[in-house]
Amino acid sequence: MTERVAATPGIYPLPDWAKETLSDLKGHQKGDLLSGDEGGEIAEAYDEVRAEFVDDQLGAGLDRVVEGQGRWDDMIAHPLTVHESVETGGIVRYYDNNNFYRDPRVVDDLGFSGDVAAELEAAADLIDGTDVGDAPLAATLPGPYSLAALATDEHYGDESAFQAAIADFLAGELEAFPAHETLFLLEPSLVTDPPAEGAEERATDAIATVADATDADVVVQTSYGALDEKLYAHLVDEADADALGLDLVAGDREDTVYNVQEYGATDSVALGLVDGQNTLVEEPETVAERVEWFEGQVPAADFEATYLTPNTELFYLPENKYRAKLSALAAATEVLE
Amino acid sequence: MVRNPSANRAQFRPHDHPNDSFLLTTVVGSYPKPKWLNRADELVEDPDSKFDESDLTEAHDDACRLITHEHERAGLDTVVDGEMRRNEMVEFFAERIDGYEFNGPVKVWGHNYFDKPSVVEEVSYDEPWLVEEFAFTTNVAERPVKVPITGPYTLGFWAFNEAYPSTEELVYDLADLVNEEVEKLVEAGARYVQIDEPALATTPEDHAIVGEALDRIVSGIDEDVRIGLHVCYGDYSRIYPEINDFPIDEFDVELCNGDYEQIPTFQEPAFEPDLALGVVDAHTAEIEPVEEIKANIRQGLRVVPPEKLTISPDCGLKLLPREIAYGKTENMVEAARQVEAEIDAGEIDLDAPLADD
Repeated sequence: MTERVAATPGIYPLPDWAKETLSDLKGHQKGDLLSGDEGGEIAEAYDEVRAEFVDDQLGAGLDRVVEGQGRWDDMIAHPLTVHESVETGGIVRYYDNNNFYRDPRVVDDLGFSGDVAAELEAAADLIDGTDVGDAPLAATLPGPYSLAALATDEHYGDESAFQAAIADFLAGELEAFPAHETLFLLEPSLVTDPPAEGAEERATDAIATVADATDADVVVQTSYGALDEKLYAHLVDEADADALGLDLVAGDREDTVYNVQEYGATDSVALGLVDGQNTLVEEPETVAERVEWFEGQVPAADFEATYLTPNTELFYLPENKYRAKLSALAAATEVLE
Repeated sequence: MVRNPSANRAQFRPHDHPNDSFLLTTVVGSYPKPKWLNRADELVEDPDSKFDESDLTEAHDDACRLITHEHERAGLDTVVDGEMRRNEMVEFFAERIDGYEFNGPVKVWGHNYFDKPSVVEEVSYDEPWLVEEFAFTTNVAERPVKVPITGPYTLGFWAFNEAYPSTEELVYDLADLVNEEVEKLVEAGARYVQIDEPALATTPEDHAIVGEALDRIVSGIDEDVRIGLHVCYGDYSRIYPEINDFPIDEFDVELCNGDYEQIPTFQEPAFEPDLALGVVDAHTAEIEPVEEIKANIRQGLRVVPPEKLTISPDCGLKLLPREIAYGKTENMVEAARQVEAEIDAGEIDLDAPLADD
């Protein structure tokens, strides 16, 4: 019997009050964004945001709770943009979106930072302390392939060494995380800028380096459409992921189904079922039908778990719609029971 | 196919124009708001303040009058009210078009947000969007008034599409509404309309959608009305020469910012609409000297002859300090007048406009 798990990879939109408070406290310019050593009122505002995110998820009835990553000014590039060995360059486009992040220029060895571990500790304490509900913690990190693709190397010298260094850095961060049930590794670049032919294994090795650094179930979440079939096969075989996350909203979902039919699947699967980039809120029944449709296309596969997720991060949405999407995911698992 | 720009250009030439040559001077549209207008916008939201909506309308009228006259004082041949009544280029129109709703701000980058609207049902036309604004400005202006309108491609793709099977279909419906608005503006006397499509710069492969949308926008619009298209901050080689097929009179480009590296793109094949060339940078807070702007204008002469060259800033000037915006505009007009005189005197070789005489 496949377990259905409603979860998200995080990176939520700040509540409107926090958008205002934090822009007043921090400012609007490039130089005003987070460097990771914030304190005082800024840190207090983020503490409040984190508590809201935890309550939002428990209130909606999600099966995993993420920290929500309110501090991630630069989306998945955050673990680098707050790192002391990184200088931030110009503002650059974030995938094919009308969104921008600071280009992280790595200028020195990427040693241990602990930035993400600290916010996860705080989230774990909140989950323990709240009476809104109960669900285990899920951690979020950028996958090493995407993080290397989003960054600029001015230190390691070649692509291969850079990717390996990023993987080692992420694995080191992960070892300091508090107990977590699931790890989401976000890898949108695998779809948008796939590794060149012959370089697939280097990418999957890097992902495996990170995946092997935790005992949690690892979901390698992809976005913005279907994976190339050869790369898909490499990921299933080599990335040490418990689940590959597949986007069933953007692009051609038939391509994704073909990949699974042709090359098999990871033991579990994560499905991007609600649109993280559109305010139209899916009915729980619609989400449930999508799960059944997908599972019906691959009857041979008997998944340990199917994760019901949005197809992207949720920061693209206004706050009311982000909350509605959480509820739709949680309600869909009930429809499927 | 390109419209007929030579059929509508002459009406913008002032009667007392000093030179035989005429480089039409204009602006893209937005201009820094006076500080007090921003305060007025905030004050009307404050429940403890006696400042109400009618006071705000008066403040907007005053600001439009002020900036229109500021444009005239700078010597522009065609003027805009600086878009004093507009907040943001998508929001302003989405508030006026039935079918849009607002759910709250979304992140663009860092702590910069945009109230990105959602299209929740078929879009439709209710009250005119800009006719009152145009009537007011044309009434206080002594020069012809240009009307900038955010284009349907940008209004469609910079919104959440909940209602249409594809955003392309939404764009075409929006284009029909823009056509209705342009007809009403023309009835009210407008003769110069500029469609702004910044979203095309980020997805140049969609140029055919913009072309189809423009066909709808200009349907039934006489050739004495000048239709411009403004696209900024992009790689123009990805939409040229396709734009030669667009039904427009004028294509307005931002090239000063890139130091005219993209000029050769427009030289082959021949540029068909009039070229509105950005000759001052909208994102540097230094006023370019007249001599520098004259050199920039000569770059445009590499693409089109003087009778097809319009002179404009790169983009809207609203993010600059106001005195800088004014200085740039004034120097831009002065530079255009000097280049005209030099053309009249035969001092510029139009076949090799960068060469010294």
